[in-house]
Amino acid sequence: MSQELELLDPTAELSPVVRPRIARPASLEGKTFGLLDIAKKRGDVLLDRIEERLRERGHAVRRFRKERFSIVAPPELKQDIRERCDIVIEALAD
Amino acid sequence: MNPLPDGLHAVVKRECPTCTLIEPVLRQLAARSSPVTVYSQDDPAFPASVKGVVDDRELEVSFRLGVQIVPTLIRMEKGRETGRAFGWNRAEWEALAGAQGLGPGLPGNRPGCGSRTEEPGMSFRLAARFGETGLASRAIRVPADADPIEVCFERGWTDGLPVVPPTKERVLAMLSGTTRAPGEVIGIVPPDRVECTVEKAAINAVMAGCRPEYMPVVLAAIDAALEPGFGLHGVLCTTNAVAPVIMVNGPIAKRIGMNSKGNCFGQGNRANAAIGRALQLVVRNVGGGRPGEIDRACFGNPGKYTFCFAEDEDDAVWESYAIEKGFAKGASTVTVFPGDGVEPIIDQNSRTPEALADSYAPCLRTIYHPGQVVDVAAFLIIAPEHARVFYGAGWSKQRVKDELNKRLQVPVRELKPGFGTDERLEKLKRENPDATVPKFRTGSLNIVRAGGTGLFAAIVSGIGSITINPVTKEIKA
Repeated sequence: MSQELELLDPTAELSPVVRPRIARPASLEGKTFGLLDIAKKRGDVLLDRIEERLRERGHAVRRFRKERFSIVAPPELKQDIRERCDIVIEALAD
Repeated sequence: MNPLPDGLHAVVKRECPTCTLIEPVLRQLAARSSPVTVYSQDDPAFPASVKGVVDDRELEVSFRLGVQIVPTLIRMEKGRETGRAFGWNRAEWEALAGAQGLGPGLPGNRPGCGSRTEEPGMSFRLAARFGETGLASRAIRVPADADPIEVCFERGWTDGLPVVPPTKERVLAMLSGTTRAPGEVIGIVPPDRVECTVEKAAINAVMAGCRPEYMPVVLAAIDAALEPGFGLHGVLCTTNAVAPVIMVNGPIAKRIGMNSKGNCFGQGNRANAAIGRALQLVVRNVGGGRPGEIDRACFGNPGKYTFCFAEDEDDAVWESYAIEKGFAKGASTVTVFPGDGVEPIIDQNSRTPEALADSYAPCLRTIYHPGQVVDVAAFLIIAPEHARVFYGAGWSKQRVKDELNKRLQVPVRELKPGFGTDERLEKLKRENPDATVPKFRTGSLNIVRAGGTGLFAAIVSGIGSITINPVTKEIKA
């Protein structure tokens, strides 16, 4: 039974999918910012400061928070952000 | 292979005494106007007195005909099989051949021998080569001059140690260890969030060094690790050291030769080593969780190669972990929990349960940081010689937990600032620094029995949080 050996692929056989980024807004004028706190300690310190600066410039800001940093954001949260915001800023800290 | 032409076909091997006995019969049938076609499984020169014997040493014809016994005589008419006889029976052979007086002088009946297709492991080899395997995974060709083990390394399929090359034959053999269909989806594996099928689990189990009889445990372990309550994504991508640890309860542990005794966390037992490794390889290969990529561990731990053991249930003084969790006596289960490694507790002097509890408590207190009470969990593994001290004094497992809990009340003023505390604790620390809080929240300190000779216990610490918890599943098929 001499044959060229064949091995079965143990991976998920994913081809990398290149997804284009959403086009950057031409201007921040009138845009609503979503600030996502992933619930890592002190991420809120950074986001508080960003919110302050954005509000000074007259931007609408909405705050969001994941329940826990070690889980992926649930679809409802992502959809909520998508629906209510134009731009999202996510903070990771420790 | 095309269907056999009409007429008689006989499959034989020289090694079979019945086949050699009936050589005169084959000669008679070969001399007819529509001669029998004889296929020889081991020697194309046998039977010597018959011309045109077909060489079936590759066993393709035997496999496709589903031959289990030699000699087998098959009659084909209009492209269809219309009769089959196993072994030698004059009446049956004469009926199939439509002939009289076959094998004069021979006994009327002789059982045959096993076909070479029935030799150990042969069915998988033949199915891989000639059969419709039903396997969906992509086949990767290994050039004749390449070492398949090196090919596995080059493709990034290994944990750093060599793996068993996952040939179709080995994967088919592995799948024979479960009744679950290869295409069945076990669950979604992070971080890539892709489906893991039973077939992908089998391929990785082959690579890890499993035997087919480990498959039900491997599948249940994957199942458990993919439960949202276990939080595999978090276990995988954390900077902490944790690895998924697998603990097996119930009769299957002995059936497949797992080690729950001396050196149960160490090397040398194939089932322990390979089952733990199979889960790790699934995470790596199917889920895409690789160190330096989404696996951000600062240190990691050697358990990330493999970490799997069985609870020692030989004495029935205490309930096993599985029974504590409500599984039936006699059920086999697999539990996954996050573990950092093994921290031994050496106490060879204490002869009372109180003294042992006094020894264990300060060791447990230091996990992660003496002042950390949040997101901390542990399995305390008690070896038989320590367990006997508790048995002798009539302490139940719950009593040990309660006594430890009493000794593991951490004064709030000693809490670690920052991550080890939360807002509620920070407030308590300001308002009532003399208050105490438990090191372990309810259910996050578990006790099991394992290990060999010696007055020892061991701690396997790990993350325990609202999103990362032990998960137990019954092992079914």
